[in-house]
Amino acid sequence: MQVVQPTQGPTQTKPALETPFSLAGKSLAFQTERLASMAFVLPAVLVILFLSIFPLIVSFYLSLSRLQFVKGGFQITFIGWDNYRKLVSGSQKAHFLGVMSSPSPVGWLVFDGVIATLVLLLARYVRSGHGSLGGLFWRGLAATGAGAGIWLCVWTLSPGGRPGTLVVTWIYVFVDISLQYLLGLGLALLCVQNLPGRRFFRVVFLLPMMITPVGVAYLFRMLTDTGKGPFAPIWIAAGLADFSWVNSPWGARVAVMIGDIWQWTPFMFIVLLAALESQPLEPLEAALVDGANRWQIFWEITLPGILPVSATLILIRMIEAFKIVDLPNVLTNGGPGTATESLTLHAFMTWRTLDVGGSAAIAYMLLFVVTFVSISYVNLIRSRATEV
Amino acid sequence: MRRPWSISTPSPGRMILSYFVLGIWTFVVLFPLYWLGVTSLKLPIQVNDGPFYLPGIDFQPSLHAWRYIFVDLRNDTLRPFVNTVVVALTSTLIALLLGAAASYALVRFKYRPRVGALLLFIGCVALAIVAVSFGTPWPVAVLAGGALFILLLQTLGRRFKRSLGNDDIAFWMISQRMLPPVVVVIPIYVLFQRLGLLDTWAALIVTYVATNLPIVVWLMRDYFLNVPVELEECAAIDGASRYRIFWSIVLPLSIPGLVATFLFVMVLAWNEYLLALFLTGANAQTLPLTVAAQNATRGPQWWYMSVLILILILPVVAMAIVLERYIARGLLIGAIKG
Repeated sequence: MQVVQPTQGPTQTKPALETPFSLAGKSLAFQTERLASMAFVLPAVLVILFLSIFPLIVSFYLSLSRLQFVKGGFQITFIGWDNYRKLVSGSQKAHFLGVMSSPSPVGWLVFDGVIATLVLLLARYVRSGHGSLGGLFWRGLAATGAGAGIWLCVWTLSPGGRPGTLVVTWIYVFVDISLQYLLGLGLALLCVQNLPGRRFFRVVFLLPMMITPVGVAYLFRMLTDTGKGPFAPIWIAAGLADFSWVNSPWGARVAVMIGDIWQWTPFMFIVLLAALESQPLEPLEAALVDGANRWQIFWEITLPGILPVSATLILIRMIEAFKIVDLPNVLTNGGPGTATESLTLHAFMTWRTLDVGGSAAIAYMLLFVVTFVSISYVNLIRSRATEV
Repeated sequence: MRRPWSISTPSPGRMILSYFVLGIWTFVVLFPLYWLGVTSLKLPIQVNDGPFYLPGIDFQPSLHAWRYIFVDLRNDTLRPFVNTVVVALTSTLIALLLGAAASYALVRFKYRPRVGALLLFIGCVALAIVAVSFGTPWPVAVLAGGALFILLLQTLGRRFKRSLGNDDIAFWMISQRMLPPVVVVIPIYVLFQRLGLLDTWAALIVTYVATNLPIVVWLMRDYFLNVPVELEECAAIDGASRYRIFWSIVLPLSIPGLVATFLFVMVLAWNEYLLALFLTGANAQTLPLTVAAQNATRGPQWWYMSVLILILILPVVAMAIVLERYIARGLLIGAIKG
């Protein structure tokens, strides 16, 4: 069994060159060297400081305040956690978290199943003996987060409930990435074969990634038109001519997800294809000599080989997918109602009503969720990789 | 570079099946684009009467939409297009230059965290001063500056005793990509409003440079790790300065990486929507916004919109087709070392 390396962190890079040039007068060389080292890195550091870190802090302050536009400027009043309270339990709760209703038996089953799995995993970690208190704490936190997320999903997605923007964003991220990965992997496995003309497929499959999401959104609005779109004959034959995707909540969400999958499968595809092509041939040949079939080769050699790349790939896409805004905004304008609004769109809509503080609070919730999910994911991958 | 995948030369049956599946996906990819082209050749009545598929066979193609966009609207199309080109190209080149310099420095120089901490402190003070001059009450500015300094000291200073701080700096830069733009856009909006730069190229360029720098640092790091140190040492012995080494040895050697990164960042800047939505009005509007705005006035006018979308995507698609071989490699290396 091949040992799977986790995503190689920055710690595994080559050590930097130490005092490389000691030919000229040492102190002078050292001086210019130090000046150069600053000149190289400082512009980038300053740009990031000014346009990421500084706004991040201001944004946090704004999320704790009410900003009113008055004549010739604006006025900021500090109001504490009110903006956040509004989201979790106040007037924005139905919009942000959704409307809860008690779940159906299936919902209960899913919920209980997930909770049981989480508890089992935690118990296994405790019983494995080489865990630490700190490790247990972080794992417990991640499990609690996952449990709370599942609880929210089950309770808002059951009949009678209505998912808020938080749950809708999760659905986008989860469904989009799973399908993109599977499609991308499938296509990459096909393209890696020795087929004449495969370069044509590689170029064509890359195209959707280059197209602006706004364009993709309009494109899919045209395509999903059941009356005048290109697939209208099919809809009419199926008796769905009057059905409008964008007027039913799930239809609209599916339309958004199809657009996103169409656009970002290429990203998964090209990176996975490159990973497959750079795999060494010797283990494959050895396995063939030993009489392994294709299925075994795929599970035992190919898949473990591309796991590290896959893990990073999914992380990258996850971080980007949480930011989704163009597609729902243009394709459905967030509607019907707020059914397709993502968190970013929610923040933008709130900003448009001049509730700057509320908008900043939503943005911060998004940041919190992205950070929590990414860190949990990275740690999950890392502990899995060391277990193997 | 690529190994022949001779081991999996498929049997005829498998080949047909593979072509079949690949053909389906080719259709999935190309049909929407084909529909875009066809729609741009239709008269409004031909769009509204239901689907027609083949120009010249089931409907009479017309260039009226193209004429409208290019002749009647001339300047209203040209201006966003020029804006998009200028903003995307400039911001990409600046991001590439700054990011490449930083990631090269993080690979080759040794940064001592103490120096870094000092710099951070200076930076925080400067920030606080700027914040005050922009009208933030000073206690807030001081508090924010202090908090920022402590925050960074906690993240970067954790390895204070260690001799190497480079990886932390690199990680800090790359992790900025996790930041959803909507979190930072409001303060940036206020900042540019104060500076009177709203709705200008400068505002968009600066913002795009900041959002895309992390990707450049992340993708270029590995290329620079693979540039042989010996070459640089030889050049140094011949008396070349660091800047010269970087400019005439390291950069030319990493052209494949630069191309891949350029394309990737360029596409992101070209297609960007949210930040442009916040930061531009009528003057600096970029093409994605123009496309999105078509809906607002008289309901979706698919024929005009198709033309605009085609104008928007053709340059990047052409670039992608030409540079295809660089992309996969560039992204793969980033994904392995990321």
